[in-house]
Amino acid sequence: MAEHDNKPDGTSRRAFLRGAAAVSAGALSATAARSQTPDPLITEVQEWAQGFGDGVDETPYGLPIAHERDVIRRNVEWLTADTVSSINFTPIHALDGTITPQGCAFERHHSGAIDLKKEDYRLMINGLVDTPLVFTYGDLERFPRENHVYFCECAANTGMEWAGAQLNGAQFTHGMIHNMEYTGVPLRMLLEEAGLDTAGDLKDKWVFVEGADASSNGRSIPMEKALDDCLIAFKANGEALRKEHGYPVRLVVPGWEGNMWVKWIRRIEVMDGPVESREETSKYTDTLADGISRKWTWAMDAKSVVTSPSPQSPITHGKGPLVISGLAWSGNGAITRVDVSKDGGMSWQTARLAKPGEKMALTRFYLDTEWDGSEMLLQSRAMDDTGYVQPTKAQLREVRGLNSIYHNNCIQTWLVRANGETENVEVS
Amino acid sequence: APAMADRLGLGRAALPEEIAAWDGDVRPDGTGLPVGSGDAIIGEEIFATQCAACHGDFAEGIDNWPKLAGGIDTLYHDDPLKTVGSYWPYLSTAFDYIKRSMPYGNAGTLSDDETYALLAYILYSNDLIDDDFVLSNETFFDVEMPNADGFIIDDRAETEYAQWRGEPCMENCKPEPVSVTMRAMVLDVTPQEEAEAPAEGTIV
Repeated sequence: MAEHDNKPDGTSRRAFLRGAAAVSAGALSATAARSQTPDPLITEVQEWAQGFGDGVDETPYGLPIAHERDVIRRNVEWLTADTVSSINFTPIHALDGTITPQGCAFERHHSGAIDLKKEDYRLMINGLVDTPLVFTYGDLERFPRENHVYFCECAANTGMEWAGAQLNGAQFTHGMIHNMEYTGVPLRMLLEEAGLDTAGDLKDKWVFVEGADASSNGRSIPMEKALDDCLIAFKANGEALRKEHGYPVRLVVPGWEGNMWVKWIRRIEVMDGPVESREETSKYTDTLADGISRKWTWAMDAKSVVTSPSPQSPITHGKGPLVISGLAWSGNGAITRVDVSKDGGMSWQTARLAKPGEKMALTRFYLDTEWDGSEMLLQSRAMDDTGYVQPTKAQLREVRGLNSIYHNNCIQTWLVRANGETENVEVS
Repeated sequence: APAMADRLGLGRAALPEEIAAWDGDVRPDGTGLPVGSGDAIIGEEIFATQCAACHGDFAEGIDNWPKLAGGIDTLYHDDPLKTVGSYWPYLSTAFDYIKRSMPYGNAGTLSDDETYALLAYILYSNDLIDDDFVLSNETFFDVEMPNADGFIIDDRAETEYAQWRGEPCMENCKPEPVSVTMRAMVLDVTPQEEAEAPAEGTIV
């Protein structure tokens, strides 16, 4: 099958690989082999079976158990000039299902995560409206609410991989994403409260949205999208938004690049054209090979990644039954199918969706398989209900070149070695 | 237009002073541009005290901090240098962004005249104006932005979606053998316990 350099290289083993391997050598692999001697974890009374655990007053609001301390956001220091206008990454290699725990859901700020109390919160609607309005946080809670699950993917997710295989782990290559159940008020309802008669024909109108933070993160959104499914959200996964995710109120823009999901949203202006702000001219524009750049590339196209096995989630159990697991999503609709290849894209098998794909939300897929211990070049390929098939990196590069930074939804390849270790690679 | 729902009567009318305080956006056609002026000579002084620590004395950028000048005619290169001069299509964006969000860590503290002066200095650093040019709301559109025509509206529907739809290949999809052409472990820039050698930044 694969013809490539299979020699051990000189690079040091990753700390997290060491950790995973150490675990596998002990308890986790014990189930695979027939025991010759009785297992003391069974034959001896363990302390947790004898004494007490923690009382119910121990943890008014809990964190994950200490054994899961590796399941955390990580940042990549060299990516940005400082940590305040920067990014960190969701540990998608270690998660399952589709809902991202808020505490490890990625952050992207342009002037840091600000602390804005509900009491201090104000939302203004102005511009081409009948009555410019100011809402308090309390006002927003009195509007009829909706609940929706959506992914928020940074436009730059996988952006470091345009030029080649660069970062070794799904967390780093694909972790600028989270998926939450939002509770909030349709943006449409707030605009109607201010009145849109003044705006006249809504077809060529826009809204400009900006945050309360110093960066403001102002973006222009066409009225059609604003009236369709944008949500003024104040709860995520059942509780208030986290500070770093826009507490107390953020904008949710289903299917569209994360930059437009303005956090700490403080103003919505109805306009007769786009502002062409910094975040839609200097940034979040995609330069093609000829030097011309695309602007207003809002939708995040169909994409997928195998989260396990992956570089931070190697195979530690040896041959036999193997669950290949991953995520798929599309900003243009619902995922209908995910194919998985073990041979670098020569042949494909259709994976099983854990649940039917939902529009503009993460979808979990599994391929339950048998591993014979040989090397694999694992890939996944998503399809959405528009018929779009996730492209290879070569296909994307052919259209766009190497310099577009954003919107890299290419097929990812993991090289799984005979010892179970897994690497980020590109293939012919 | 969709049918307007009954209003709930929530919120209250925004006052003109409140709108003026928060609505600072400037549009490409100059809408929102305040009356004021400044030149590169005044701008240089402000830049030296407020901006140069990150952006360099000549707006050329320090370390990983954004370069504001240079790079004209590099956008089709392998490693394009995107600055206010080489990339930004509209001067309005620069005024809007500097006034609202700069200096980094002390945003919103510049007057309109200071903003005009800083912008004049940045334009001068990009060789787009002479040092005696006074930038104001009246001369704003005398400045030609080199990359004003460098943008197209998202055309993925035509250039990509059209060709990537349909039943994909399932068997014998590429010639054997598939070979590895690139490995992240060779580059070795993934964070570990100890800090690794830095590489060039890509996101700002």
